[in-house]
Formats: sequence, C-alpha cells, structure tokens
Amino acid sequence: MNNQQAPLALEAVGICKSFGPLVANDEVNLQVEKGQIHALLGENGAGKSTLVNILFGLYKADEGEVRVAGEKVEMNSPHDAIEHKIGMVHQHFQLVPVLTVTENIVLGDEPTKKGGVLDFEKAAQEVEALGKRYGLEVDPRAVVEDLPIGYQQRVEILRSLYRQADVLILDEPTAVLTPQETDHLLEVLRSLTAEGVSIIFITHKLREVLAIADKVTVMRRGEVVGATDPKETNEEGLAEMMVGRSVVLRIAKSEATPGNTVLSIKELNVLDDRNQSALKDFSLDVKEGEIFGIAGVEGNGQRELVEAITGLRPLVSGSILMGEKEMSGCSAREISEEGISHIPENREKHGLVGPHSVADNLVLNRYFHSPFAARGIRQTAAINEEASHLVEKFDVRTASIHNPARTLSGGNKQKVIAARELSHDSSLLLAAQPTRGIDVGSIEFIHQQLVNARDAGVAVLLVSAELDEILSLSDRVGVIYQGKLVAVAPTDEFTRIQIGQLMTSGNS
Amino acid sequence: MNSLLERIIRLRWWILVFLAIIAFTIFAGDFRQDPTTAILAATLRHSTPLVLGALCGMLCERSGVINIGIEGQMLMSAFVGFTVTAATSSLYLGVAAGLACGMLMGAALGGLTVSLQGDQIIAGTVLNIFALGLTSFLYTPGETIHSKTPRINVGPLADIPVIGKIFFANQPITYVSLLLVAVIWYSLFKTTWGLRTRAIGEHPSAAETVGVSVAKMRYLNLIIGGGIAGLAGAYLSLEAVGSFERGMTNGKGFVALAVMIFGRWNPVGAWGAALLFGYTNAIQTQFQFRGWLTGHPQFIGMIPFIVTIVVLAGFVGRARPPAAIGQPYTRE
Repeated sequence: MNNQQAPLALEAVGICKSFGPLVANDEVNLQVEKGQIHALLGENGAGKSTLVNILFGLYKADEGEVRVAGEKVEMNSPHDAIEHKIGMVHQHFQLVPVLTVTENIVLGDEPTKKGGVLDFEKAAQEVEALGKRYGLEVDPRAVVEDLPIGYQQRVEILRSLYRQADVLILDEPTAVLTPQETDHLLEVLRSLTAEGVSIIFITHKLREVLAIADKVTVMRRGEVVGATDPKETNEEGLAEMMVGRSVVLRIAKSEATPGNTVLSIKELNVLDDRNQSALKDFSLDVKEGEIFGIAGVEGNGQRELVEAITGLRPLVSGSILMGEKEMSGCSAREISEEGISHIPENREKHGLVGPHSVADNLVLNRYFHSPFAARGIRQTAAINEEASHLVEKFDVRTASIHNPARTLSGGNKQKVIAARELSHDSSLLLAAQPTRGIDVGSIEFIHQQLVNARDAGVAVLLVSAELDEILSLSDRVGVIYQGKLVAVAPTDEFTRIQIGQLMTSGNS
Repeated sequence: MNSLLERIIRLRWWILVFLAIIAFTIFAGDFRQDPTTAILAATLRHSTPLVLGALCGMLCERSGVINIGIEGQMLMSAFVGFTVTAATSSLYLGVAAGLACGMLMGAALGGLTVSLQGDQIIAGTVLNIFALGLTSFLYTPGETIHSKTPRINVGPLADIPVIGKIFFANQPITYVSLLLVAVIWYSLFKTTWGLRTRAIGEHPSAAETVGVSVAKMRYLNLIIGGGIAGLAGAYLSLEAVGSFERGMTNGKGFVALAVMIFGRWNPVGAWGAALLFGYTNAIQTQFQFRGWLTGHPQFIGMIPFIVTIVVLAGFVGRARPPAAIGQPYTRE
C-alpha cells in the first residue's frame, strides 16, 4: 500500500469463512478509508453479506482479522462492533415492529432515570434532534410497524448514529426504496461522510456505485476480484468484473409484432387493504406478442392491479376479460388455469413455499395435473424429472432439487418462480417487480426470458418501479399515478424525464 | 371533562358488566353485608394463584418462551414448600423453599429451551409430568403443619366496612400478588429491563444486533417467572389449604395461561381476568350455601365456564401474542 492514502477506518485482512462445504469468504481483504463511501459490489451469493456480518460481529471468521483504525480487534458479537463504533443497517431490518421509533433506537443503550427506569422523554428528544441534524426526520413516538419502509430504514440508520458510529455498513439499502427515496438516501450518506463517517455500501446497482462511491471493491464467489476507483470505469466494466463475463445490460430485442388483445380491463375499481380506493376506473389492453410496461412510484395501485387480475383481490366494479372470457369473480385457481402466469412482487411471501423443496415449488401451479398427480396421488418421479429439467434450463443454482426453496439466494428464487410460471402454458404473463433485489446476472436472464415469452406470442404485463427496466423492455408504456393510468404510448414516444414527471405528478 | 365522558362511553360495556356483577353479588349475598363481603373476599383469594401463574407465564412469553410448565412449577413448589414447613415448622422457610424451587424449575426450563434449544411445548410438558410424578412418589400421607400463613390486618384500613375485609385483611402471599401486579406492570412498560424483555420476545435478532444478550435475558425472565409460580405453589399448600395433596394444582397452571391470554399479556389485564375466574369460583360456593340449584349440581359446576365464555367472547377483542414465542433463538 502507499502512503498517500487517507487513514483507514476499517480493514479486513485475509478473512476466510466457510459454511459446511460452502466457502463464503476466501482470503478477503477490504480497506475502508476514513470519510469515504466504499461500495461493495457483487452478485447474490458472492459473499458480501458474509463479509459485513463478520465485520459486525454476527459471524466469526475462520481465519483473518478485523482492524479498526489500524488496530486489530476481536469481533465476537455485535456488542463488540458497537463498542468500536461500527453500525449496520441490515437488509432485513432489525427493528421490533410493535415498539416505537424511540424505543427501537435506544434499545440496548437506554437513557435511564434512577433504578433502571427508562427516560422516554429524553430519549425521544435525542431521536428528534438526531433526525433533524441528518435530514432523517421521523416521528419518535410512531410505532415502527405503522411506518413505510423508507422511514423504517431511517430508524435503522438513526440507531447507528445514536451510537455514534464512525463506520456505517449498509446492506443493500436501496433495494427497498423508490427512486426518490434512493436519491435522498444518497444525499444523506454524502453529508455523513462530510462529518467524517466512513460508509460501506453494499449494492448490485451499478448506477449507484458510479453515482456515489469513492472506491469500489468487487466480489465474486467469495473472493475479491478487484478494487478500483469508480471514476476509472463504467457500468459495463463493473458488470463484467462482477459476473466474470461480459453482460448485456440492455437486452437486444426485435420490433414487437402485437396480435389480438389478450387482456382487456375496463373501468376497474378496486380497494386497497385500508378500504381506500386504489384503482379508479382503470382501463387497459394488453396484446399478444407485446410487453406492456406499467411505470409508477410504488403505492399508486400497481399491487392492487396485479392482485385484481390474478383473482387475489375482490373487484368493486369493472370487468377483466381474458380473450372473450369474463374473469371477474373467478377464483385464483380458475384464473391461473385460464392461462395467466404470475411472477409476484413479493417472492418470499407469495412466490414460493419456503420450507418446501425446490422441486415442489417448481410444480406449484401444476402439481394437481397429470403427469404430476394421478387420482390424487403425487407422482414423485414425474415431478423430479420436470424439476431437474427446469433447474438445468433456467440455471437455478441449488445443491439439490430437494433442498428447501428458502435456502436459495434471491436471484435463484426468482429463477425458480420464472421457470415455473414460464413453463406453464399461458397467454398472459404478469411480472411484478421481477428483478427486485437480484443480481445483474440474474436480471439479464430474467429480462431475456420476458422477451422470449413475448416473441413466443405471450402478452406480457410488466409492473416495475425501476424506470430503466420499463424503458429497456417495454414496447408500450403506461404510467400509473394515484390509481389512474395517466398516459399510454409506445415506449420511444416518451423521454425518461417525461415518464419521471408523470410518475411523480400525474402530468408532464 | 370531555375526555372523561369519552372514556366512560368507550368503557360503557365494561362498566355495565361490573355493575351487573356487583348487583348480582349483593343479591346472591341475600342483601346482607357479611355474605356479600365474603363472596368478594373469596374472589380475591381464588384469584391469587391464577394471577401469580399468569404473571409467570407473561414474563416467559414476553421474552419469547412459551411456558406450559406453570402447572408443574406450582405443584413442585407446593410440595417442597409444604415438606420444608412440615420438617422445620417454619412457614417462612417453607415459602422461601417454594420460591427457590420455582426458580430452579424456571432455570430448568431455560436449560431445555434456551441452552439446548429444545421445543418449548415439550419442555413445559416434561416439567409437568416430572412434577406430578415426583411429588406423587415422594408424598407421605398424614404429614401435617401446625398452621397456615397468618392473616394480617393492615392497621385501621382493615376496619373499613366491606373494602377493609376484602383488601386489607388477607394472608401474606395474597398481598404479595397484588404488589407484583403493579411492580411487573411498571417494570415491563417503564424500565429498560422491560423494554429489552419485550424486544427479545418480538424480534430477538434485532435485540441481539444492538448488544442485548437474548440468552441472558430469557434465563433471567424464566427464573423470575419460575419464582412467581413457586409463590403460587406455596400459596396453595401453605396459605389456602394447609396441607399437600396429590395433583393439588388441579389445572390451575393451565387456567393461569388462559388468564394471561385473556389479559392480553398485560399484568393489569391478567389481574382482571383472574378476578373474573376467582369470582365464578366464589359465587359457586355461595350458590351451595343458599341452596340454589342444589338439585342439579352440574349446573352449579357450569357457572364458571358459562360466565367465562360469555364475558370473554363478548368483551375481549383479538389479542396479539409476542411475535417470537415458541422459536428457539440461534445467532447464526
């Protein structure tokens, strides 16, 4: 190393960690300079989370050492990490849902009055002041489970700042945020570095790395494959480092040849979970052989739209036609049998049965049909054969088709769902946030599958909060705003800025 | 003023039920002061082991461990407390032994569920079977103690008509149980210990990432809870009955769990629920005194259950248990 470097805030030296036969980290080195944003880039399963969990004391390294400000330290528990002023914002928030914002933030380090009595007022004031200071305002008395995801993340960040963290580790913080929230977060992180905080920023979104990182370390299959200055590279270069081969970030696709209308929605009215109107006189047509992209900031009725089409949410009024057939009032099973494939937004909750095997999940929409069942008896051999075939065809990385689906990485889970839904004989494919939180390699694969489905004559309805995804895949784009379709046109008639404005204000 | 009115309106059904119970009690007491007071005093006595058991269950479940071994903890402590008193003639030593025995049983549950990561339902069942078997085996009929824990009058307060007899002329463990309701309510909701306890019962890994030791907190709560169940056991053998009988808890540990759930894992709520159960027991006795329905004893036997079902089905809404109960916690 040379002498021009800023002092190191945190350093990992020769970290090795195995889980059984799986080597998650192999001789990993990481150097985070003081006051810098250090991006840790890699596909799912590359070992990024393992590394930061070691830095935060949640896992113990088999070999290697962690140095804080140049000194070797023992990290046996998160408590040790906190002692050394390391804070972490977890991918799955580590917040107690039923407690208030303040209680969550001070938990474990509470201001007290005499005899261990919690000084809630003092704590709430501190939380409020902290939020103001860093642009992370949140009501200290709100109960966490009532807050939107973006605000829950603020609570997580504030919790580390409350403990005066010098190093802040953020594990895929933008995966759950809208574009606006992401921009705000990046601003906050910038202002934190100005105060001398060092940040480790885990992501697989290349655009963010280029936008914010001072330095980037790329991991692949448990090893560091390179560390570089983002200014000296570009998206393609980073993607190639990350995946180990050149990656197509924009899928090449031919001109669409739309045919008959497959899905026709007329004057649809649907309520959300709070019984508020979610879709207002919503109408939409999707034709065979086209990808219709629905762009919009999350929470503008997309989820309710998908659930209404798939029969998971009752309609207040309106009609949904598949070809000539009226689907409103049909059960989810009937709708699926009519030829609708569905890649749901929440893959853990609605896409997979986590404890069941990969094989069972792969036939989840067909297990009751021949050849997978005969007279009510499951035909294991046929299921396994189909599963093995799909695992190979869709490149699902799993040790065995009999492993529980929940043990797969996010990208592989999504591949299982895509494999299942695309092998279902269908005329309409509903893909909701199909690439959320998965790595570049898997995104490329899923995108290619959507285009292939289109080319095979399937009508594809793509719902995504990622504007890039909408723009690169869709043949036509509709912008949804407050439950209404405010604009519909072929993709090339929109500019990126126009769609952005439509998404946030309803008019351009 | 307005907010007081709103509160009254919001609680109108509770208030009506309360008034109806009071009116019925006076009626059952033949409009005389003594029997009416006796019913209410008996209500408090009957509720004591239930509220203690419920507090034990609450500490365990609030920290994420289901304790269905309360029955066994109570039974074992009742036996140990009685045996120690019979051997030493000291009620103090007996109660202390019961308390210690409960704490040991709590620690045992911790060993099975926290350290060995065993299934919590099975661990609790093990305690119950163990306690029933061991106490039956070691039980020697005919052993006696000289007296029960004495009634203590709280100075002049005990002379207040009705109220004094109900609240201020009780035996020691009953006083302790009332005190514990207040202390545990305050501790759970106002202290750092309570905050941490609730946190590990809802989301243990969240607590662990901010440096709270889940294992330590669970052991602590199981042991304190066990001690409280031990007090309930000592109440049965040394304060209520004055002897030990095989299986004398007779399901009270399980009723205590129901009381805890009806009280929504809140000490004050549990106290209210325990009083309701206690009341149905007391009123049953009064029915026998008055000779009501004695031709059909099965109807008298049904009273507690009918009242419980009606009141609880009608007035207790959906309660949400701590999210993490039943799951052993491992860090990796």
